[in-house]
Amino acid sequence: MSTLTPPSALEATGQPAAPAAAGWRGPRLSLGARCSAPVLILLGLGFVAPLVAIFAYSFARPRTFEVFRSFTLDNYATLFDATNTVWLSFLWSFGFALATVAILALVAYPIAFGLDRLFGRWSSIISLLFVFPLFVSENVRLYGWVLFFIKNGVLDGTLKAMGAGGGPEVLYSPAIILAGMVYTYLPFMLFPITLGLAMVPRDIIDAARDLGAGRLMIWREIELPLAMPGILIGVLLTFVLAIGAVAEAKILGGQSVIVVSHDIEIAFTYSQNWPLGSALAVVVSVFVAALTLWGLARLDLDRLLGRR
Amino acid sequence: MDQTQTRSHFFIGLWTALVLVLVYLPIICGAVASFTKSRYFAFPVSAWSTSWWERTTDSIEIGMIVQNSFLVAGFVTVIAVVLAFFGALAFARYEWSGRRWFQKLIMLPIFFPQPVLGLALLLWFSALGIPTSWVTAVFAHLVWIVPVVTLVIAIQVYGFDPTLEEAAFDLGCSRLQVLREVTLPLLWPGIWSGALFAFLLSWGNFPLSLFTAGADSTIPKWLYAKMVAGYSPMVPALGTMSTLGAATALALAGLAALMWRKLRAA
Repeated sequence: MSTLTPPSALEATGQPAAPAAAGWRGPRLSLGARCSAPVLILLGLGFVAPLVAIFAYSFARPRTFEVFRSFTLDNYATLFDATNTVWLSFLWSFGFALATVAILALVAYPIAFGLDRLFGRWSSIISLLFVFPLFVSENVRLYGWVLFFIKNGVLDGTLKAMGAGGGPEVLYSPAIILAGMVYTYLPFMLFPITLGLAMVPRDIIDAARDLGAGRLMIWREIELPLAMPGILIGVLLTFVLAIGAVAEAKILGGQSVIVVSHDIEIAFTYSQNWPLGSALAVVVSVFVAALTLWGLARLDLDRLLGRR
Repeated sequence: MDQTQTRSHFFIGLWTALVLVLVYLPIICGAVASFTKSRYFAFPVSAWSTSWWERTTDSIEIGMIVQNSFLVAGFVTVIAVVLAFFGALAFARYEWSGRRWFQKLIMLPIFFPQPVLGLALLLWFSALGIPTSWVTAVFAHLVWIVPVVTLVIAIQVYGFDPTLEEAAFDLGCSRLQVLREVTLPLLWPGIWSGALFAFLLSWGNFPLSLFTAGADSTIPKWLYAKMVAGYSPMVPALGTMSTLGAATALALAGLAALMWRKLRAA
């Protein structure tokens, strides 16, 4: 796709021109369907089936393991019972996710801009530095923050050594959980935004500048709308992942706040109430899946990934 | 370029540097903690020692855990790349009726909270009567990693010119020959980076391993257990080793890519 393509043409879906040649077609299934089969089988057995199983379990009698032998809505009734505090962990997770997305958008946008326009040949090295933490187990990194903030840790010890009393007590508070989420999910916001910004043709920006548009106007009228698919993916991805986050609350938050994934885990492990845990997992899954499908319906993946 | 622009560019650079420092700060804190002599971490460090590293490398238990992590990541890499190779062709190369649905379905596991997926898989295994072990962990990792690797390879497939395959057919190649001589060579860069992603993502995965590996511990799982109860400086030591292992794998891959490019240019 030429960089000279005007935005109106960019809106048209860029179908990869790859109709399989006639000789390629098998007797029954198309080549694409056959190529997708192994992945579809994996996802059927490993993704769809477990979710169906959880769905089935959510209708079993509480504190039993009788799938398909009993049908009751008790578990859902428990969840939506106002005296139950489960809604509180939902609210925490939802709030954390919203705040994570908002902060990450502000943190990542300038960096993504830099990666796309300013850093030149340094871009790939800087990207790599941002990718690498993805491969370090998240609990290792979160524990590093504990070592930084803990009493007599890096911050506290340094301040004491300088005679400044001691570090602030931030561990085991909601604020540090939020910071942990922002920290963990940074790459999931940064790279989609970078991808989105890369889709903005420079010529249009130059043209707008020549015509006298200010920087704010260029950003609002050109850069932001054209980069939106990438931004949307980043927002969606970080929001959905943050809704299900649990390690931050456990390691940094010291369980001062119970998030929804933790509630599900408690139901499955300590309290051995699989049906209740399943009902909770179903509610989270439906919410997450609805949001993802809604977001993905708004995106043309071919254009986004196949921009070159 | 006017002055305000230069100044804002300077701030973007500064901001990026600052965020990068924060990204690596906890990893460095872990490394520092692993080299302290005392049982409990205190900063500034009064006495340095490599004894916790030695104890970690000497531990038979940790040897087993590292072996498990390698086993899981190794199997995940091989299986994920094979499945994702065909998945990526279905994702980006061929026009077929179910393609849009396939593209969406494959995104769902990536956009799904892993702790919830891990618990769903645990319940599923138990419903089927399959005891959890590192083998079930391989399966669980695949559910999340195959879609990621599919996307990585698909990006390469988008840049692929299908007429090259058609030309090979016209010249009388069999389908296997086309795959070996045209399709695979053109997609190798994507396949290698997909393999690297598969290995590293499996190596560092915690939530899926926690619920689906059963009694078999992997590095992230062992670290978590020790963080919660029974901390010793072996925790940051193994964490730092695992990080260095991932960095080495990434560096080797980068080096190989560089040499490959040179060989092709020559």
